[in-house]
Amino acid sequence: MSELRPALDLRRKRTWRSTKSTLMTVLMGAAVAVVLIPLVAVMWSVISRGAGVMLQSFPDFFTAEIPLVSRRPGPGMGPAIVGTLLATGGATLLAVPLGVLGAVYLHEYGAGSKFAGAVRFMTTVMTGVPSIVMGLFVYLMWTMRFGYSAFGGALALACLMLPVVISSTEQMLKLVPNNLREASYALGTTKSRTILTVVLPAALPGIVSGALLAIARAAGETAPLLFAVGAASTYNPHLFTEANTSLSLQIFSNATSSFVAAQDRAWGAALTLVMLTFALTLTARIFTARFALKR
Amino acid sequence: MATPATVQTHRAAGTPLDSRIHVERRSAPSLETSEIVFDVENAEVFYGAFRAVRGVSMKIGKHQITAFIGPSGCGKTTMLRAFNRMHDTTPGARVAGKIAYHGVDLYGPEVSATEVRRRIGMVFQKPNPFPKSIYDNIAFGPRVNGVRSKAELDAIVEKSLRAAALWDEVKDRLRNSALGLSGGQQQRLCIARTIAVEPDVVLMDEPCSALDPIATARIEELMRELKTRYTIVIVTHNMQQAARTSDRTAFFTAELDSTTDQRTGVLVEYDSTAKMFSNPSDERTENYITGRFG
Repeated sequence: MSELRPALDLRRKRTWRSTKSTLMTVLMGAAVAVVLIPLVAVMWSVISRGAGVMLQSFPDFFTAEIPLVSRRPGPGMGPAIVGTLLATGGATLLAVPLGVLGAVYLHEYGAGSKFAGAVRFMTTVMTGVPSIVMGLFVYLMWTMRFGYSAFGGALALACLMLPVVISSTEQMLKLVPNNLREASYALGTTKSRTILTVVLPAALPGIVSGALLAIARAAGETAPLLFAVGAASTYNPHLFTEANTSLSLQIFSNATSSFVAAQDRAWGAALTLVMLTFALTLTARIFTARFALKR
Repeated sequence: MATPATVQTHRAAGTPLDSRIHVERRSAPSLETSEIVFDVENAEVFYGAFRAVRGVSMKIGKHQITAFIGPSGCGKTTMLRAFNRMHDTTPGARVAGKIAYHGVDLYGPEVSATEVRRRIGMVFQKPNPFPKSIYDNIAFGPRVNGVRSKAELDAIVEKSLRAAALWDEVKDRLRNSALGLSGGQQQRLCIARTIAVEPDVVLMDEPCSALDPIATARIEELMRELKTRYTIVIVTHNMQQAARTSDRTAFFTAELDSTTDQRTGVLVEYDSTAKMFSNPSDERTENYITGRFG
C-alpha cells in the first residue's frame, strides 16, 4: 500500500514577516486617517459656518458692497471678489510667462552654465522668503511711490509665484525625454522651434498644474497684500489706481472684529475663497484634459 | 568549429562563411559607377578628450543600403550620428577629419546643421514618436518646412504612411495618439515621419533592435522599397539583417589604445556585402562574422 502523502500545504503561513506587513498596513491606514482629520475639519468648519451666511443673502453676498459699518449684518463680498481676481490675475500674467521663459532658459539653453546655476540657486532662496517680506519689498519699491492699488498686490504675489513657477516648470522640462528633442532635430527643426512645438507641448500638463498650484497659493495670501492693496469697501475695477481689497484681507479684518455680523461675513468670504480656488483648479483640469490625446 | 584555415580551403567562392547567414544574391552596385553621397576621409569623433572613433575613410553610394556592423562600443552609432551632425546637440562632442556630402564639407564653417538634417534624416533605435496624433507626427516636418495648406499636408501624410506600409493600419485613426500604436507600428511611423520631409539620405540606428521578428521583417521589406528613392545607412547588431538587406557592409571594431587605456572604434573592412559575408579580407571580420568573437 502506498503511503498517503500529506496534501500540499499552500495556505498562508503566519510568519514574523507577514505580521510585520499587516502591522505596517494598519499603520499606513491610520496615517491616512490622521491626515484626513484636519482636511475634513477645515472643510467642515468653513462650509458649515460660511454656507449659511452666503445662502441667507444669495446672490447679494457675491455682488453687494462691503458694509462700511462692520457691526451691521448683511452682505456682501463683491468688491473683495473683484480685488482678489485683479491681484491674482495680474500676478498670474506677470509670473507665469516670465517663470516659464526663465525655466526654458535654465533647462534648454543655460543647462550647465555658471549663470544658470546662480539663477537656480537664487530661485531656491527666493522660494524660502517669507511672504510678508515680499509685501514689505513691494511697499518700498512700488506703494510708497504710486500709492495703493491692486497692481501692488499683483507685484507682491508675482514675486511669490515666480520661483515656484520656475522650479516646477524646470522639473517638467527635465521629464521630457531627450529622444523627442533628437527626433525633432533630425527633421531639420531649429532649437527654438523644437522647444515651441515639441518640448513645451509635451510638458504642458505639468506646467499648468505647477502654475495652478502657485496661483491657488497666491489667491489666499494675505500678508503681501496688507501693505500694497489698502482697504476699500466699494468696487474698484481699476488695476493700477486707488486702494482695493481682497477676500483674504476681508477675512482678516472681519474675523478680528468683535462683532458677530463681521465674523459671519469672514466665514462667508472664506467659503467664497475656497470655492474660487476650487473652480480655478477644476477649469484648468478640464482645459488640460481637452489637450490630452485619445489613446 | 573549424579553424579559419580549414574554412578557407573547403569553401567555394561565394558561399557564406556562416551557413546560418543567408546572403542575398543580388548585383551589388559598384561604387565606381554609382554617385557618391558621402565621402569620408580620416574621420574622428571625440567626446570631450575621449576619442570614440578614429581614422574612418569610406565612400557611400547613392540609392544603396550600407550597413555598419560590429561589436558593442565600436563606434558604429557614433559614426552614424556624425553624418547628420547629431553630435552638435551633445555637449563636448566634436568631429574631426572630413565628411563630404555631395562634395560639400558637412562641418564647413558656413554649413547649418538644420539644413543638413533636413536632407539627412534619422530613425532612432527606440521608436520616438511625438506625444501628438498620428497625423501631427507626420505633418510635423512638412509644417516646420513651411507647408501650410491642409490639402497638401493631407496628401503628404497619406503618401508617407503608404510608403512606410502603415496607411491601412492607421487610416481610420489618424487623430489618435501615436503613443497608442504598437512598437513596430511606432517605428514605421518614425520612418514615415522621416520620409515626409523628402530627405536624400535616411540614417537608421538599429531600427529593429526593439522589435519582434515580424515587425523586423516588415521594416526590412520597407528598407528594400525605400532604397529606390533614398540612400540608406543602417547600424545593426544583427548580422543576418545586414546580410539580408544591405548592398555594402562596413565592419567596425574597438581597439585598445595601450597608451591611454581607452577603447577607440576603427573601421576594419568595408566592401560589398556579398564579399564581406563570404570572403572577407581581414581575419577580424571573418572571426566576427563566424561568431568567434563579439
